[in-house]
Amino acid sequence: MTTRLIGEPVERREDARLLTGRARFIDDIRLPGMLHAAVLRSPHAKARFTRIDAAAALALPGVHTVITHEDLGTANTPMPLLNEDPGFIHPRTHQALAPGQVRFVGEAVALVVADSRYLAEDALDLIEVDYAPEAAAVDLVAAAKPGAPLVHDDTDSNVACRTADSNGDIEGAFAAADFVLREELRPERGAAQPMETRGVVARYDESLDQLTIWDTTQAPVSARGVIADKLGLPEAAVTVIAPDVGGGFGVKIFLVYPEELLVPFAARMLGRPVKWIEDRREHFIGSNHERLMVHRIEVAATTDGCILGIRDHFLYDSGAYCPYGPINAQCAQAILPGPYKIPAVHTEYEAVYTNTPVVSPYRGAGQPHGNFVMEAAMNHVARALGLDAAEIRRRNLVRPEDCPWDSGRIFQGNTPLIHRDSDYPAQLAKTLEALDYAGVKRSQPAEREQGIFRGAGIAFFVEGTGISPYEGVEVRVEPTGHVHVTTGYPSQGQGHHTTLAQIVAETLAVPPEQVVVESGRSDRFAWGVGTFASRAAVVGGNAALGAAEAVRARALELASDELEVAPEDLVLADGAVHVKGAPQMAVPLAALAYAADPINTLESGTEPGLRAADYYRSPDGAFASGVHGLIVMVDAATGMVEIEKYVVVHDCGVMINPTIVDGQILGGTAQGIGGAFYEKLRFDEAGQPLVTTFMDYLIPTAMEIPPIEIHHMESRSSLNPLGVKGVGEGGAIPALAAFAGAVEDALEPFGATVRAVPLDPPAILALIEGRCEGRAAS
Amino acid sequence: MKPPPFAYECPRDVAEAVALLAAHGGDARPLAGGQSLVPLLNFRLARPAVLVDLNRIEALARIRVGDGALRIGAMARQAAVEADADVARGWPILPAAIGHIAHPQIRNRGTVGGSLAHNDPAAELPAVMLALDAEMIAQGPQGQRTIAAREFFAGTMETALRPDELLTEIRVPALPEGTGWGFQEAARRQGDFALVAVAVVLKPDGARVVVTGTGDGPAHMEAAEAVVAERGTDADACEAAGDAAAAASEPADDPHAPAWYRQKLVTALTRRACREAVIRMGR
Ligand SMILES: Cc1cc2nc3c(=O)[nH]c(=O)nc-3n(C[C@H](O)[C@H](O)[C@H](O)COP(=O)(O)OP(=O)(O)OC[C@H]3O[C@@H](n4cnc5c(N)ncnc54)[C@H](O)[C@@H]3O)c2cc1C
Repeated sequence: MTTRLIGEPVERREDARLLTGRARFIDDIRLPGMLHAAVLRSPHAKARFTRIDAAAALALPGVHTVITHEDLGTANTPMPLLNEDPGFIHPRTHQALAPGQVRFVGEAVALVVADSRYLAEDALDLIEVDYAPEAAAVDLVAAAKPGAPLVHDDTDSNVACRTADSNGDIEGAFAAADFVLREELRPERGAAQPMETRGVVARYDESLDQLTIWDTTQAPVSARGVIADKLGLPEAAVTVIAPDVGGGFGVKIFLVYPEELLVPFAARMLGRPVKWIEDRREHFIGSNHERLMVHRIEVAATTDGCILGIRDHFLYDSGAYCPYGPINAQCAQAILPGPYKIPAVHTEYEAVYTNTPVVSPYRGAGQPHGNFVMEAAMNHVARALGLDAAEIRRRNLVRPEDCPWDSGRIFQGNTPLIHRDSDYPAQLAKTLEALDYAGVKRSQPAEREQGIFRGAGIAFFVEGTGISPYEGVEVRVEPTGHVHVTTGYPSQGQGHHTTLAQIVAETLAVPPEQVVVESGRSDRFAWGVGTFASRAAVVGGNAALGAAEAVRARALELASDELEVAPEDLVLADGAVHVKGAPQMAVPLAALAYAADPINTLESGTEPGLRAADYYRSPDGAFASGVHGLIVMVDAATGMVEIEKYVVVHDCGVMINPTIVDGQILGGTAQGIGGAFYEKLRFDEAGQPLVTTFMDYLIPTAMEIPPIEIHHMESRSSLNPLGVKGVGEGGAIPALAAFAGAVEDALEPFGATVRAVPLDPPAILALIEGRCEGRAAS
Repeated sequence: MKPPPFAYECPRDVAEAVALLAAHGGDARPLAGGQSLVPLLNFRLARPAVLVDLNRIEALARIRVGDGALRIGAMARQAAVEADADVARGWPILPAAIGHIAHPQIRNRGTVGGSLAHNDPAAELPAVMLALDAEMIAQGPQGQRTIAAREFFAGTMETALRPDELLTEIRVPALPEGTGWGFQEAARRQGDFALVAVAVVLKPDGARVVVTGTGDGPAHMEAAEAVVAERGTDADACEAAGDAAAAASEPADDPHAPAWYRQKLVTALTRRACREAVIRMGR
């Protein structure tokens, strides 16, 4: 009777707007009298200055103001620290404008506001700052050493945080080992690079004392709190709206970037709307980065390939500040053992300041790193013991009969990593079958004789998803019969409006077209945190379900009064409540909504409206899992790699909308392939970024991404009512290790071992030739 | 990423364009497809006072065959040359190489003349024009002159054009019967500038082997050409030509690739392009 919508490949309601140019991205917002801002950014990785001379810039016709740290007053106090860490030694957060000292190339020093962006950039050229450059700490390993130049002069070391975590008998594991693998593994620095850069538009309405901010943020509610606080305004006077946002991937959640404060500050000061649109170069130097870690691991194994224990000491490049906390390191260490039954794990990380842009999560938030380490270790232990890469994994997997199996690791949001509701051996079997892994292995000897180097790689992943904090959703049936759904967490293209509508429409038995969804506006719904960590479906989806179920219960109650039939004998269908078996005895939801607002007879202490809000937090989070497998062909004369086949086996529990799930997997995998073979940020010794354009930062295009074959294993999560496990980051997590494994397998005759990603053709040719100077010159 | 201020001129014919260039001395720059110049402006790496837009000069966009030679107007779009039937018949290495330039959107705007005048040190068209012994027709205030490809490409983003000269046409001589050709490129992604690209043209009376991406623009690999000329066109000759080309290349380390790697590419790609050319010669 109720139409099933959860699980259906419903067309995305967002697409018609997005694909026909009718979306409203930040740069589409044009307000009367609007001015344009540009940011003066530090050209030095580390320098002091005492004087900013803006006289020539201010003299340029059309320039309205140049704002420096001295103008900001209390608005320039350090930004909040988002995540604590028990090992923090020197937490340091950034300020909107650098007060006399800059710590990375790209740090904001002043804001120019002018009639146009062109003029604002002309004015930037005219501002003089008396920088006195100082030695910078750029290389992560060197920066961690005593005696390195200090990023923060008031500390005695660049180590911001040192944290250890242990479970199981690690000493015992190594004592019992037949074999110990020791090596250093490096996922290099990269960045999310969403298609739309960041941007802020702010308007201050003096007569209402209201500040409205359009912001490409992934967390408008949280951003409102920080901005109001810094500007000394009540939250009630500040509205933050995340309009259509063209991709986030983590880089757009930060509390807050300088411009999110500077633009509203300028709009208020000047009494004119102000727009700032980040250009791509700014995005490379003024937005956050991710990825670089250096892991030194020791893996204890038996001769038959059972992993007994792992020690991982790693350095985490925090960039110049650590306002997000060392969250990527926390996630990397928590997810390290993946789907494997490793009795003892010891991790220790040092988050290190360097004179480079701040590091914060990017799709996977440290999980791609932890995953690369574990999966590379699996390959290397297998190689050392003469085992097949698939076989060693099979031997170590947590099996369904072991579950629930507590790994002993604690993920972000204080979520224990407890394996359940998934069948890892079945995932592996499916991957091997889809890849024809056995076939690849069979053909290898003959192919190698002919100089054909084909290889297969596989990598598992377990992904922490539905993490704290909570999100909330309100569902309200209007007397028009429409159902209004509001939530605080915004969308950056994930299709939340479609999936929320599916959940609510199915629960209330209304056509999805009747459901109106709004999100990402702090003036409509101001609870919850934001969109990150593959958690929207888990926390937001279950809140939507809870709210819709409460509305349904209330509708049945109201209909029971109206029809004088017990609620148990009533059902919802086609936008109405009717008597079971007697559909002609019905009352439409619209009429119930009307009845729920008895304006003349409402009893004090009761609430009007057919509506409910629900807030959901999953104490045990949720974990998705799966396997990536691929076949590559390596051109042994050029080091170029072609991906011949790519298979993803994926279990994210119940799929609310399989099309959207596929989209998340495809996009994530594409970003993962970018991190495996293309995308790398580099700096010179003085901290100058060497990669600030898409000519140098090689994002794979549609031409480089092979067709990706997806197999779903939909096993329901027992941890939340919807049975979802979350999707979003999974695609990006195992691609690094899977690709590296495939290249190693192809180049097995050369004894190739991959210890750093991204690979590039010179690195691959170096593996073939046994060179050690594989990496590019800088 | 907004350009500094500039004045804009939009001449209707070559004479007017040349006069504008002369009037502004070195401060004026021709604007063709804008696919290289506009990024330079946006990065404020180029700051011309005046842009002389060539896009309204229809006479410059023609592609025709006359006296056996291919005559490409400087403003002919790369995509137009790529799709031209006469070009495909007589000079098939051109569409093959143009297919490696960027993406269709960029080739729809980017011009052949713009690419040659810009002379990026890893661009495909300069290398191919050198391999084809093309001639560049330049028009200046003093009149017209013809510059052989060998003289035209003068180093990284340098050409023999004077600031007040316009490149108006490229003349590509006909390829004799029995000519074989090969074009090989290694780039990180489809459409990226070449890490290394090699153009080989084997005519019955001589070989052309041109390598680009290893230094300051396209370079004739004379030793490789000599190997092929001496040893004929067997597979071993191609192996040796690859070695000779690599020995003559002196790439430098850069962030995309170390020097040794580019040298390896020269070997591999020269061999492959040569083998391709040999196969085509036999047809
Ligand atoms: C994303 C991207 C990728 C690219 N990839 C490649 C690639 O892989 N390979 C490649 O070769 N190119 C590549 N290009 C460059 C592209 O081919 C350009 O079109 C070409 O280099 C310049 O041609 P244009 O017509 O756009 O010239 P413009 O950018 O307008 O001009 C380039 C320069 O030439 C001068 N000029 C132009 N026409 C004349 C003339 N008739 N006489 C005298 N001077 C003149 C201009 O003043 C300017 O200095 C790429 C460009 C982009 C944006």
